Amino acid sequence: MATKPTFSNEVANLLHAAEGNPLETCIQCGTCSGSCPVAKYMDQTPRRIIAMINAGLKEDVLKTNTFWYCASCYQCTVRCPSGIDIAEAMYALKRYTMWKNQYKEGLIGPTFSETFVKTIVRSGRSYEPLLAPTYIFSYGIREFFNEALNATNLMIKGRIPIIPPRIKRLENFRRMIAHIIPLGGIE
Amino acid sequence: MKQYLYFPGCSLEKIALSYHLSALETTQKLGVQLKELDDWNCCGATTYFHVDELLAYTLTARNLAMAEKEGSVVVAPCSACYKNMYFTNVHLHEDPDLADHINEALQEDNLSYSGKVTVKHLLEVFSHDIGTEEIKSKVIYPLTGLKVAAYYGCQILRPRKDHENVEQPQFFEELMAASGATPVEFPLKMTCCGGSLLITSRPAAYSMIHNLLYNAQLAQADVIATACPLCQVNLECYQQQINQEFGTKFSIPVVYFTQLIGLSMGIPPKKLGFGKEFLSPKKAIDAIKAVHTQEEVIAQ
Repeated sequence: MATKPTFSNEVANLLHAAEGNPLETCIQCGTCSGSCPVAKYMDQTPRRIIAMINAGLKEDVLKTNTFWYCASCYQCTVRCPSGIDIAEAMYALKRYTMWKNQYKEGLIGPTFSETFVKTIVRSGRSYEPLLAPTYIFSYGIREFFNEALNATNLMIKGRIPIIPPRIKRLENFRRMIAHIIPLGGIE
Repeated sequence: MKQYLYFPGCSLEKIALSYHLSALETTQKLGVQLKELDDWNCCGATTYFHVDELLAYTLTARNLAMAEKEGSVVVAPCSACYKNMYFTNVHLHEDPDLADHINEALQEDNLSYSGKVTVKHLLEVFSHDIGTEEIKSKVIYPLTGLKVAAYYGCQILRPRKDHENVEQPQFFEELMAASGATPVEFPLKMTCCGGSLLITSRPAAYSMIHNLLYNAQLAQADVIATACPLCQVNLECYQQQINQEFGTKFSIPVVYFTQLIGLSMGIPPKKLGFGKEFLSPKKAIDAIKAVHTQEEVIAQ
């Protein structure tokens, strides 16, 4: 008889090539939180998030900014005495909230990632100016002008391309993507 | 001449053009040719993995498949590109079903990948394949007296690729010492620059950048050497905003390690992309020049 998987198992199932459920081996030592350079900006520290996942507090976990504030520096991953790939679990939670379109309000990460991926699916290359609208209005007027000034300086120094780059075999490239994501797509 | 395939990545086309130029110039001088992959696509940075893993692996596999057609080693100068290529390669090795699935998609671009390519970071090519002895033998203007904070950042060493020292590595410092510079004790050399949090969670990134600059200043570094375009942009292009935010007066140039090695080998600064930075390392460069001139005068 089919049983509903626990939230912890749901997350563990999203970890590439993991055997069993590594999250359940967490000993709550706090090495991850102590090593995390962003912990103080997170709603819950990495150690607490793992405890919350294992306790099945799904709604509470999904509404934190924790995983969207992970910078993928992998300090936690290399130090975890239980060998849990914590940064990978943060990625898994990002995907989980993207698929369900259910994440903490006001986060820039999800929109930014979506725009970035769409840019690449369309042209094969990333292009900074197309990404700017996803965040440039979010940090107040001073940061808006700072960002515009930085972009101008980069332009003057020849560090931002005027024309968006694109790959040559774009048609093949797009068919290749359609092969991987056949229905619905990410257009 | 030894040849490697070269995957520059999107940043090196423009925002980190000086890294691209100096990488090509210095390797050439050291007897290594970097042959750029034709029609490569973006590695996806961290964002593909936020959306779909299979898509992320496929897009990176396309670059690996093109590399396999032409050689056996592909070099990435950007840490994020390197990490993505390295681990996609590992996963394709370990998981034949994943490889089958992706090869099916690669056929659309008349490609296939059998897993024979080795992925290396440019820093690894310098410190391991070329080696400090070879570099020393090519140095004609040692960067005497230049205090360098060798900044590893994250993804070159993390996650762990093999059995490397992920807590206290020394190879970057040794490389800088080979160019005649003085590597300073820089305790935050492995701490994250904030990466794309600069865009998505700016206050957090500003605090991380501030910590690094403060640490480099305490270490009395004249310059920070990096091996990643994202680290360079975060640490250099936002220094003015950091000063505004924290009331500091940082003015620490942040350059690519290849630019410093290039200088020491006598390659003209312009060819190494100097002039594109926001904070000129001119003071540091001039100081070195003055030392050399003095020595030449004494020698005469």
